Amino acid sequence: MAAAAPGDLALIAKRWKDKRGSLIMALHDLQGRFGYVPRDAAQELGKQLNVPLARIYEVITFYNYFKLEAPGKNIISVCMGTACYLKGAPEIVAKLSEKLGVKAGETTPDKQFHLQQVRCIGCCGLAPVVTVNEKVLAKVKAADVVDQVYACAKGA
Amino acid sequence: MPKFTPSELDAHKAKLLAAPAKKAVIKVGLNTCGDAAGAQPVMAAIKEEVQKAGLDAQIVKTGCSGMCALEPLVEVTTAGAAPVQYGRVTAEAAREIVEKHIKGGRVVDAYKVPSVGDMSSEKPVPGKQYRIVLRNCGVIDPESLDEYIARDGYQALKQVLSGMTPEQVIAELETSGLRGRGGAGFPTFMKWKLTRASRPGEQKYIICNGDEGDPGAYMDRSVLEGDPHAVIEGMIIGGWVIGASQGIFYIRAEYPLAIERIEKAIKQARANGLLGKNILGTGFDFDLEVRLGAGAFVCGEETALIASIEGLRGTPRPRPPYPAQKGLWDQPSMVNNVETLANIGQIVLRGGAWFGAIGVGRSKGTKVFAVTGKVKVSGLIEIPMGTTLRQVVMDICGGTSSGKPVKAMQTGGPSGGLIPASLLDTPITYEDLGKLGSIMGSGGMIVMDESDNTVELSRFYLDFSVDESCGKCAPCRIGGTQMLRTIDKIVERKGTAADIAKIRKIALTMQRGSLCALGQTTPNPVLSALRYFESEWTERLVPATKK
Repeated sequence: MAAAAPGDLALIAKRWKDKRGSLIMALHDLQGRFGYVPRDAAQELGKQLNVPLARIYEVITFYNYFKLEAPGKNIISVCMGTACYLKGAPEIVAKLSEKLGVKAGETTPDKQFHLQQVRCIGCCGLAPVVTVNEKVLAKVKAADVVDQVYACAKGA
Repeated sequence: MPKFTPSELDAHKAKLLAAPAKKAVIKVGLNTCGDAAGAQPVMAAIKEEVQKAGLDAQIVKTGCSGMCALEPLVEVTTAGAAPVQYGRVTAEAAREIVEKHIKGGRVVDAYKVPSVGDMSSEKPVPGKQYRIVLRNCGVIDPESLDEYIARDGYQALKQVLSGMTPEQVIAELETSGLRGRGGAGFPTFMKWKLTRASRPGEQKYIICNGDEGDPGAYMDRSVLEGDPHAVIEGMIIGGWVIGASQGIFYIRAEYPLAIERIEKAIKQARANGLLGKNILGTGFDFDLEVRLGAGAFVCGEETALIASIEGLRGTPRPRPPYPAQKGLWDQPSMVNNVETLANIGQIVLRGGAWFGAIGVGRSKGTKVFAVTGKVKVSGLIEIPMGTTLRQVVMDICGGTSSGKPVKAMQTGGPSGGLIPASLLDTPITYEDLGKLGSIMGSGGMIVMDESDNTVELSRFYLDFSVDESCGKCAPCRIGGTQMLRTIDKIVERKGTAADIAKIRKIALTMQRGSLCALGQTTPNPVLSALRYFESEWTERLVPATKK
């Protein structure tokens, strides 16, 4: 999966090459294509943009948004904004963690689920919030979260 | 598409206002939060029913009116009647509303909820909502340039470009008393004046700080999603005043809808001669581009934000030189927050004196807050400065969700402090909140009830700030981590009084020695919790052993 598609990379490089300071934008495109930033793709992008791989890693390891590893088929994000925190997000993480057998930030061995805590997604009125891929679950209760997550997961 | 000249803009506005109104207007709130609450199926159901029955109704997708707890929201206005707001609408309820209200002319009481209009006042009075920044949010379709123009959109830009001098705009801002809404409260006119005066004739940049990082706050997202053209108009005016030909939106990547709407609005403005070359035929060239954040709280700090736009790690650097002297690509640059920029058009149109008459002391105008946590009606509110915390939580937001007494409130997120219930009569101003050890902040306001623990909450904030420390300066990098370890010891009931003293000492070092506001303000939640809720800390301590 990490095999870099040369066509895609060329397009991304072409889009950003002549724009000053566009490395982060190019990396957003790259992650948008692969779901994470594969090392070989980063290296190839660096060549085309004339940016050393070390500079790329300097950036992707600084920003939370960029992932270094393939995140798994379904991404479960538990919002850890203050409102969600106060309304029980830690219990939700604990429940999912127990069920999936992974800690927040990890992917299940079968690569079906990636569990992560995220900063506020800005839906505090609906706290606590969990997202499964693109789907937002509002006012989630720890007791129901596992069933809700499975109900909207892809092919698990 | 026509490129507007000033007179054509006016003619277009007049034409829009003269268009015959539909018999009914149905508005559906479709911001990120509305979508999450299930507004899409509601929208689809309404469209289907209206079409099926062949009704003369206009269906509008709007931004967020701020009543997040009641999403999905549907507002129905029939000819000659006041708007009726429906809350927690399902697709089924939506069908019923179309059938009974639009077709039958009967309000469906079962889903009726108070509207923002019910809670706002015509004039700015402390304790009541008054909308300047949010005036279009939830009212217009944010993806329609026409709807913005019909609501005086780009009139301020027209006024500025066809008759004012930059000095006059700056003078209006000075009279208005507008201060930075990102949290620090620096006088906006001063920033504009300094950047204008800096290195005249050189390439300059205006930057919109849309890196809303406070977890528990979403004012800027709502404004970007709900009224994108208002922020763009503020940017163009700012660019013209300081002498910039290029502006940059820096927006969190976590806000895809805000990014989409801003990009769309930029394209519309460009196509209509409001952006790009020769704006409104006045010879002024100015354009905008969007750059995305990538999940780093510290990038809300202006020098870190600039580094991030340059494609680097978002680490702050010492100031001076300030961005006004040396900013993006070492050129004079001005970073303004989303809410600050959204105020500009209205200040120009209605005058600095009008704005300056709202609020108290040195805190003028209104402030938008995202009130969340253990509050009955959580959501987005806009209130005149000087409104008290009690008025916000009790009168506007209906008290706590649990019915238990309020224990404390927190403003300013991880950089702010806790305010105990005994001080709820404090007016919301930069100065008053500062005196209590908190800050105005960007607009996060968390309500806690008696079941919440301040030790744990301040640990939560500290953990956030430690994780977000960029690691460049030692006081923040090391101090934060050491403080967190010490608090963990206390949480595990292994700490002693000496640990409390240690926390205070580290806090002082961080406040005095950190490079940027992140490190300087990281101790605030902990210090305020210690100040107002000391017993919650001391009861966890191990009694001191005899010497």
